[in-house]
Amino acid sequence: MADHALRTGAALARAGFRRFSTYRQATIAGLTTNMVFGLLRYYVLLATTVGAAGAVAGYDLAQLSSYVWFGQGLLTVVMLWGWTELSDRVRTGDVVADLLRPVNPLWTYLATDLGRAGYNFLVRMLVPIAFGAIFFPFYFPHAPATYPITLVSTALAVVVCFGCRYLVNLTSFWLLDVRGAMTVWLACSGVLSGMYFPIAFMPGWIAAVLQYATPFPSMIQTPIDIYVERGGLGGQLLRLLVQAAWAVAILALAHLVQTRATRKLVIQGG
Amino acid sequence: MDEARPYTRMLTAQVRSIVQYRTSFALDVTSQTVFTVLDIVTVLVTFHVTPTLGGFSQRQVLLIGAFTAFAFALADLTVGNIERLSFYVRTGLLDAVLTRPLSAMGQLLVLDFAPRRIGRVLFATGLLTTMLTVNDIDWTAWRVLLAVITPVCATVFFSSVFVIGASVAFWWIDAGQFAHSFTYGGRDFTTYPSNIYQGAFRRIFAYALGFGFVSYYPVLGLLGVPDPLGLPPWFVWGGPVVATAAALIAAAIWRVGLRHYKGAGS
Repeated sequence: MADHALRTGAALARAGFRRFSTYRQATIAGLTTNMVFGLLRYYVLLATTVGAAGAVAGYDLAQLSSYVWFGQGLLTVVMLWGWTELSDRVRTGDVVADLLRPVNPLWTYLATDLGRAGYNFLVRMLVPIAFGAIFFPFYFPHAPATYPITLVSTALAVVVCFGCRYLVNLTSFWLLDVRGAMTVWLACSGVLSGMYFPIAFMPGWIAAVLQYATPFPSMIQTPIDIYVERGGLGGQLLRLLVQAAWAVAILALAHLVQTRATRKLVIQGG
Repeated sequence: MDEARPYTRMLTAQVRSIVQYRTSFALDVTSQTVFTVLDIVTVLVTFHVTPTLGGFSQRQVLLIGAFTAFAFALADLTVGNIERLSFYVRTGLLDAVLTRPLSAMGQLLVLDFAPRRIGRVLFATGLLTTMLTVNDIDWTAWRVLLAVITPVCATVFFSSVFVIGASVAFWWIDAGQFAHSFTYGGRDFTTYPSNIYQGAFRRIFAYALGFGFVSYYPVLGLLGVPDPLGLPPWFVWGGPVVATAAALIAAAIWRVGLRHYKGAGS
């Protein structure tokens, strides 16, 4: 049974990978955009190090630069923005077909999303990082263990982000039009996840509340902080733990909300 | 007057259909406004870790950002939905638009008019007024003129960038993201003083593409600060020049693109 579920998951992940690797034009256009936004963020952060004379909020220039290029890559790997597939299917009623399948749609979509993330990791993440490493100051981790920990953290970031997106999409069972909820998500996720600026730039207590009490930094900030080795091995493991806790909590919540949503759907359908 | 009637009717229909979903619309207006607020918060947070940026104080940078926020919000409200062109091209809906005896551009603008963006314009107006007041500006007749034409030119400029960016869809259908480099990228570029950027990146964005004249040079003129990049003072009047050039280029590309369009084959 477990073996069967795993194989289904793997097949879905492969399909997700292939689906996104088909759009080459979109990939090239997206990469260009990542570079431009990376440059925009890099120069602003560079200017802060000049104004503040050296390290800013505990980051040196190489770490900030890595922060920018890593972040531009992560943005597409976790797919922070622009996923409305589930809500589109709720609005059109196609979601009924998803619910009739023997696999819970939460896991179907998660497996597909992991495949998509895998493709984006190879192309959309490694290219901006290589660009940053070649042309700008770049931070290379001192401890070899940092590489595997970063990889695990990136995977957890995908799961947390997927869970949040899934929850946002689920609201369309109640609201029908997901745009409002989606815009709230866009606004929060950008600024609170560390996408626009490292959350350590904010006053200490706000950063701490965000880090532990909200899932947002787990999607962008955490994998990068782990990569630039903030707080050494202890800091890395603590961050990983917080991230894992959020991954479990968000998936459980998504599962719960979906159960409630499908009950409502039955009532609507008579 | 009669010529405008079909457009106003389509516009009213569009606004009414959007306002139908009340909760969603209210959330939408609020959070769209929040976006512009967050852009400004980003500037504030940046100044939390550094006293100056490129030699400019927080107020001065916010004045630059306020001109940009206002112009971008107004251009986005009026012309921004031209971004949907790629959707019309891909689905072939553009065929339907072209068969009607109305202008294609006019139809696209009213068909997808997004009233939710009004909140941003209001917030940006307040911000710009505040920043013009709190900054130390020695008001002369010339500076008043500069303060008046800058938002107008910047709005025309951003509107043209939206049209040029959207026109890419006539040739390159999946490239919507590419245009974002110059629309949203241009907005981000012009939120900060141009002298913080370096090398080829600055030369391309500030001068070749003209973004430096959207808010950076006009604000230098208002503050009476010499350009750290060494350009002569009359460059602060570059706004109308780049706005006119951008508008002409946008009109040309749009026409060529529309003629290039061959339909979805349906």
